[in-house]
Amino acid sequence: MFDLTGKCALVTGASGGIGGAIATALHGAGATVGLSGTRTAPLEELATALGDRAHVLPCNLGDAEAVNALPKQAVEAMGGLDILVNNAGITRDNLFMRMSEEDWAQVLEVNLTSTMRLCKGVVRPMMKARWGRIINISSIVGSTGNPGQANYAAAKAGMVGMSKSIAYEVASRGITVNCVAPGFIATAMTDKLNDDQKSGILNQIPAGRMGEADEIAAAVLYLASPEAGYVTGATLHVNGGMAML
Amino acid sequence: MSDVADRVRKIVVEHLGVEEDKVVENASFIDDLGADSLDTVELVMAFEEEFGIEIPDDAAETIQTFGDAVRFIKEAQ
Repeated sequence: MFDLTGKCALVTGASGGIGGAIATALHGAGATVGLSGTRTAPLEELATALGDRAHVLPCNLGDAEAVNALPKQAVEAMGGLDILVNNAGITRDNLFMRMSEEDWAQVLEVNLTSTMRLCKGVVRPMMKARWGRIINISSIVGSTGNPGQANYAAAKAGMVGMSKSIAYEVASRGITVNCVAPGFIATAMTDKLNDDQKSGILNQIPAGRMGEADEIAAAVLYLASPEAGYVTGATLHVNGGMAML
Repeated sequence: MSDVADRVRKIVVEHLGVEEDKVVENASFIDDLGADSLDTVELVMAFEEEFGIEIPDDAAETIQTFGDAVRFIKEAQ
């Protein structure tokens, strides 16, 4: 099941925990993967670990020109682009009253605007191919909100609305656009939380534990597969029951 | 009919699945040939590829009929 042989997938934020797991899962199903991220060393490391069918495509998602050039580079490196996973994200947390416009703008730029740019860049080849999968990694906080994350929550909620709109427009061309909304997943991003914050969070998770990056990757793999061709405009929540949406 | 018109007609016929004789000078892609808005975007993409030209978005919006397309492409070449 879920055979992606012959498909080419571009994953942003592949140097991070969730992105690395997503790239590994897609690669494991037979896809050629383009690993994008700002830090080249971990991307090279992952590419070496994956072996064949892995290409390193560094990109700073805060740089509009670089983002616009990325889909083309991916096509040149891989020979096609069938699956786009917008996973990269940054946080600049602060109480709303103390949140600077710069923190707001940076998070919106990297998390939402770069996603829009990449979607725009890949829709063209996907329309021609009459097949495509766009999977945007949103977040539970896009639905629930979270103190200290007005910028991040806005960007992640924006991603859902944008994905649904694109999904409408391209559904007739065999392209699906979906979101995966992780809850609390054990990664470098959640490692920054202190013990009090962690135990507070665990009390709110019916499953009683944080999620694993592999559990997000499995959701992405499903949405990327031919079997999920009738699923579009959806948000798949993977959060241990923390919010049943 | 020019070579450009023939090539444009061929693309329109293939893409929209219409009869060749329906693709006349004033035939509107949307009103007469059954295209939806996404089809018009795809037609422009196909024209760009066929003729090796770039059609900016604001110009693409002015291409409503078969005749518009042929005129635009001739000028752009």
